[in-house]
Amino acid sequence: MESKNNTIQQEYIVSAIVEHRPGVLFRVSNLFRRRGFNIQSISVGPTEKKELARITITVGGDEKLVEQIVKQLRKLVEVVKVSILNPKNTVIRELALVKVTAPDYRAKTDIVNYAEIFKGRVVDVSHKSLTVEVTGDPDKIDAFINIVKPYGIKEIARTGITALPRGESQTV
Amino acid sequence: MVAINGARALVKTLEKLGVKVIFGIPGGAVLDICDALADSSIRIILTRHEQCAAHAADGYARASGQVGVCMATSGPGATNLVTGIATAYMDSSPVVAFTGQVPRRLIGRDAFQEADIIGITCPVTKHNFMVERASDIPLIVEKAFHIASSGRPGPVLVDIPKDVQIESADVDFEGGSKTTFRQTNYTPHPLQVKRAVELLAAAEKPMIIAGGGVIVSNASQELLAVAELLMAPVATTLMGKGAIPENHPLATGLLGMHGTVASNKLIQEADVVLAVGTRFSDRTTGKMDEFCPDAKIIHIDIDAAEIGKNIEVDVPIVADAKKALQEIYKLLQAKIAKKERTTLMAKIKEFKEQLEEKANCKSELKPPRLMVEIRKLLPEDAIITTEVGQNQMWAAIYLKVYKPRTFISSGGLGTMGFGFPASLGAKVAHPEVPVVDIAGDGSFIMTEQDLATSVEENIPVTVVVLNNSVLGMVAQWQRLFYNRRYFAVNLGRVPDFVKLAEAYGAQGFRVQTLEEFSSAFKKAIRSEVTTVIDVPISPEENVLPMVPPGKGLKWMIWE
Repeated sequence: MESKNNTIQQEYIVSAIVEHRPGVLFRVSNLFRRRGFNIQSISVGPTEKKELARITITVGGDEKLVEQIVKQLRKLVEVVKVSILNPKNTVIRELALVKVTAPDYRAKTDIVNYAEIFKGRVVDVSHKSLTVEVTGDPDKIDAFINIVKPYGIKEIARTGITALPRGESQTV
Repeated sequence: MVAINGARALVKTLEKLGVKVIFGIPGGAVLDICDALADSSIRIILTRHEQCAAHAADGYARASGQVGVCMATSGPGATNLVTGIATAYMDSSPVVAFTGQVPRRLIGRDAFQEADIIGITCPVTKHNFMVERASDIPLIVEKAFHIASSGRPGPVLVDIPKDVQIESADVDFEGGSKTTFRQTNYTPHPLQVKRAVELLAAAEKPMIIAGGGVIVSNASQELLAVAELLMAPVATTLMGKGAIPENHPLATGLLGMHGTVASNKLIQEADVVLAVGTRFSDRTTGKMDEFCPDAKIIHIDIDAAEIGKNIEVDVPIVADAKKALQEIYKLLQAKIAKKERTTLMAKIKEFKEQLEEKANCKSELKPPRLMVEIRKLLPEDAIITTEVGQNQMWAAIYLKVYKPRTFISSGGLGTMGFGFPASLGAKVAHPEVPVVDIAGDGSFIMTEQDLATSVEENIPVTVVVLNNSVLGMVAQWQRLFYNRRYFAVNLGRVPDFVKLAEAYGAQGFRVQTLEEFSSAFKKAIRSEVTTVIDVPISPEENVLPMVPPGKGLKWMIWE
C-alpha cells in the first residue's frame, strides 16, 4: 500500500472480543492468512461473560496495516469488538515454561536463584533438568531465557501475550 | 411452536422471507429439502451444473436487487458452487446458498460426499453457518438473508446436515422477528460531509467515479444531481456501469485498464475526485501510485475496510451512498450555483465522437460495431450480461447502458462462464424484458450445458457468441506483451454453435454480415426459445483502449 508517513514498523496488540463458539478462531486466523497479515502471537481465552471470548494477537507492521486488520476483523459477523491496545496503558502478560538442563547441584542452585530473581517458580524437577514457570511481559521472559541459556535449554513453551487496558476502561 | 422436521422448517422460513425461486441440483444430502419443496409454491429451477445454479442466483440478485437463492447437495455439489459464490463475493451480490451435509455423526469421518464446505467457503462468503439443530433453522436462515442483503451485500452459505433436515423439533418461526440483528450506522459523518462539500465547491476540475455501490444503494438519481450541480464528468467502474445513463452528456464511460479515453484522460486532470461505492480495484486505477497523485480524493463506501485499503484518501465517508450523496447535495446546492463548464462539455463530446467513430469502422462484423447495433435493437430496459475477456470489455466500452441493474458482469473475480447462467437468473427475475448474454466462444463453452435448463424451464435468452476460435483476451496479451507467441489459446472451429444450440432444442443462427446479424438478433429477442447467434470474428482483433498491466492510466494504448 502506498503510504505517506505512517510507515514506522512496530508491534501492535490487537484485542478482539468474539462470540465464544467453535470455528471463530478459524475465521480470525484465516482472515490473517488470506490478507497476508502476520501473526506474531495469539492467545485465546474466556472472558467474564460466558458467551464471549477474548483473542489477543500481536502483529508487526505499520499503522496503516494495523488499521486495515482492525477494519477487516470488524467485518466478521462473530467478532463483537476490536481494539488496538496502547502498550503504555496496558497490562501485558505472558507465561513461559522453560525446561533447563541442570545435571548437577551447582546448576540447579543457579537456576533456582535466577528463577527467584525473576519471581518465577520451579514447577518440575528431575535428575537432569528443572522446569521454571515465569510470568511477565515478553521482555522479562526473554531476559530470563537469556540468562539461563548457557546451562542449555531443552524446551520452551510460551503462551503468547494476553492483555487488558489499565484502569476503568473496558474493551467490551 | 410447531413440531416439524428441519427440511419443512427451512421451506416454511423461505416462504416467509418471500423466496420465489431456487436454482439448484438435488442429491442425497438435500433430498429431504427437495421433498419439502415439492409441497411449496417456490419454483425450483434444475440447472445442469451447480456452478450455474450459483451464477443464476447471482444474476437474479443483481437484476432484481433481491436475495438470490441456490442449493446443492453435499461434497461435489457444494464444491461446484464455490466459483459462483466467490464471484458473488467479489462483486458484493446478495446470494444465499444452501448445501446438504452428511449426518452429524459422520462429520469429520470422510463420509461419502463429505466436504468441509464451511472451511472451503470461509474466505469467499460474508458469513456461513453450519446448522446444528432443526430448531435453529428459522433464526439462522433469517440471519443469513439479513447478512447477505444488508450493508455491503455478499453471499452467505448455510450448511445443513441430513439428519438435521429429518429431525423433528419444536420450531419457533417468530424467533427472527424477536431478534434484533446487528445494525450498522449507515449515515455519513456530518464533519466529513462538510469537508467533502468544501473540496467539491472549490474544485476546478472535479470528477466522479461511480462504482457498484451506487447501483446497490439505488443512488443513481442522487449521483446525477451532484454531478449536474458540479458539472462533473462521471466515469464508471465495470460494476458501476448503469449507475448513470451513458447517453448523458456528463457520462464518460468505463474507467481503468480498458477505460475510454474520456474517462482515463479526464481523471488524470481532475483536482478533486469523488469516488462513490468503489474499492479502487487495480483494474480501475492502473498502477496505484500513479493514480491521481495530485487530486484530493473523497471516498464514500459503506464498508469501512475499503477506505484506505488500496488508495489513501483525503476525505473518508463511511456511509450508504444514497444517504451520503443526499447530504452532499443538500450542502452543496446551498453553497454554489450550478456550474457552467462549456470547454469541458465540448471536450467530452469530442472524446465520445471519437469513440463512436471507432465503432463505426468499415468492416461490418467488428465487435464495437456489433455492440452499437445490439444497443440500437434493444429496448432501454433490456438486460445485458457478459462473459469474461474481450467480449466483456467490448461490451463495457461500446455498449451503452441506460439503467442501473441492466448490465451484469463478473467484475472482481472475472469468471468465464458467468454470463450465460447469470442471464438465465436475470430473465427469471425480469421475464418481461429481453436478456442478452454477450459471450465469447471460450467463455460460453464453460457453462453451455445449461442451454438444457433454459429450454426445459422456458427461460428464453439470447447468446451472442463473438466467435474468434481463440481465448481472445489471453491471445491479445500474448500478441501485445509476449511477442505474439501464441500458446495454448487456440480453440479451433469446434463446436458448431448452431448445431449445439439445436441439439439442446434451442435456436441457432450463424451470421456473416451486419444485416444478417440484425435480422437474427431481432428474431432472437422475440423468440420463445433461447437463441445462440454465432458471429465469426477475426482472432487478431484487439480490445482498445488498453492500459498495459502494471502501468499508470497515462500509458493508455489507443491505436
